[in-house]
Amino acid sequence: MTADTAATLILAANTDAAGPWEAVVAFLRDWPNMWPDLWLATQDTVYMVLWATIFSVLVGLPLGVLLVTTDRGGLTPAPVVRAVLSAVVNIGRSLPFIVLMVAVLSLTRFLVGTTLGPTAAIVPLSIGAIPFFARLVETSLREVDREVVEAAHAMGTRRFTIVGKVMLPEALPGLIAGLVMTVVALISYSAMAGAIGGGGLGDLAIREGYQRFNDHYLWATVILLIVIVQAAQSLGDLLVRRLTRR
Amino acid sequence: MIDAVGLHKVYRLKKHRVTALNGVDLHVEPGEIYGVVGQSGAGKSTLLRSVNLLERPDAGTVTVDGEELTSLRGARLRTARRGIGMVHQHFALLSSRTVAGNVGFPLEVSGVGRAERRERVGELLDLVGLGDKARAYPSQLSGGQKQRVGIARALASRPKVLLSDEATSALDPATTDSILALLRRLRDELGLTILLITHEMDVIKKICDSAAIMENGEFREAGRVLDLIGTPGSLLARSLFPLPDLAGPDTVVVTYPRSFDEPLMSELTRRFDVDVNILGGGVEQVAGQSVGRLGVDVRGARRSQALTYLSEHGLLVEEAGE
Repeated sequence: MTADTAATLILAANTDAAGPWEAVVAFLRDWPNMWPDLWLATQDTVYMVLWATIFSVLVGLPLGVLLVTTDRGGLTPAPVVRAVLSAVVNIGRSLPFIVLMVAVLSLTRFLVGTTLGPTAAIVPLSIGAIPFFARLVETSLREVDREVVEAAHAMGTRRFTIVGKVMLPEALPGLIAGLVMTVVALISYSAMAGAIGGGGLGDLAIREGYQRFNDHYLWATVILLIVIVQAAQSLGDLLVRRLTRR
Repeated sequence: MIDAVGLHKVYRLKKHRVTALNGVDLHVEPGEIYGVVGQSGAGKSTLLRSVNLLERPDAGTVTVDGEELTSLRGARLRTARRGIGMVHQHFALLSSRTVAGNVGFPLEVSGVGRAERRERVGELLDLVGLGDKARAYPSQLSGGQKQRVGIARALASRPKVLLSDEATSALDPATTDSILALLRRLRDELGLTILLITHEMDVIKKICDSAAIMENGEFREAGRVLDLIGTPGSLLARSLFPLPDLAGPDTVVVTYPRSFDEPLMSELTRRFDVDVNILGGGVEQVAGQSVGRLGVDVRGARRSQALTYLSEHGLLVEEAGE
């Protein structure tokens, strides 16, 4: 966006807003002007969230499984391992995301080469979401009927197979629900990542909406974030309904 | 078929220790239905789980079909477990799999191919009368149907031994009967040996050849059901045929440990000129015999001779007043 159009936008926002209706009309008229920026920011947000989700699943799922299996009465009880894992997860969970982002800056620079832009934001996003998702995985796996696990043992099933063919499939609806919660949390985190130069819709809202007083950008990003979260939630709910056989 | 010797198991909870098995010896003959009955907390669940080593006893040995399971670990134990089917109180079906998927699970786990699996699953479902439910999910079935699926699954690997953990406790009486009838039929047709635990005396009465009464981790009584009923002072007889508190001075408890064709009671009044008054009791089919236990007032001058007459004919006569 050029400084020129930005100036007209600010002007438009401030002069046309005589009443609520006029404000809405002005906002809608402004939409095509904002769209290139919004579209880029949306792509950045989806890009960040998507990759962070993939990493969260890749690391958080095994971590959640281990939290359950290493527990007392689990498949492979290992109290020390479990205590360490649990502590690590708790540390990750107790840091506010905005602090975590700053805290891992040097790691981000090491992994990505820069601390700016959407790719760099994937690092703190993943680190923030992994313990979150791991706990959700743990909770859903605990819901699996112990008798069913026992039955699998009685049938001479290997422990690895019990995880893969009994615990995970039985917990699948809960796992999907947890994944949706993680995606929604990541969308919210990604907006914060914008604050330190991560790009995406949050970044746009802060730069244009907050720092340049352009309400239209603020509204537009709010609307787009709501649409994205709603879409993720609905898709997740649909999957959960399809998969639930209880 | 199942021999357990000297089983001990102690659970260490936070503060105190709970003795679940305190020197239990269990001997189950091939083709027999053996019931272990007791209150919850008596240790019967631990006993059952010791047979397939879901619980490893602290001491003692378990031998099933000539193989000492207590000496096995890892892969060899898993293989041995496949020769022992187990059915569970709450069915333990995978809610994410269809009926066919559940029944095929043990085959899948032991590496049986898809085509062979499908064929075997079909056979098993026909065997338990659920041939038309292969594609249903457990949530669409009634309790009795779920347990039939559980039984079909337990039989998938053609085990010689079936363990039943309160298989009918979550079912209504009519369904319980149909499941018990199914178990007996499977024993007859497949030559299974069945070890079951239950808290329902009815189950012992209806299908068990042998039984044990368990209390505080020990067997109080064990043996053939009919033998136990015919044993003076038998706990099992008392539990199977509870009598109201009716101890008058002339009251005796008469146990019929097998079917009798002779009209013994009317014979008694004629021969010994005694008055016979039945106060309470019951006669039921146990292990194919009409077995009963009655509380009876016997009055008259020749009372003791009358009682001797009954004993001589094979009835068990115990004075109730003592």
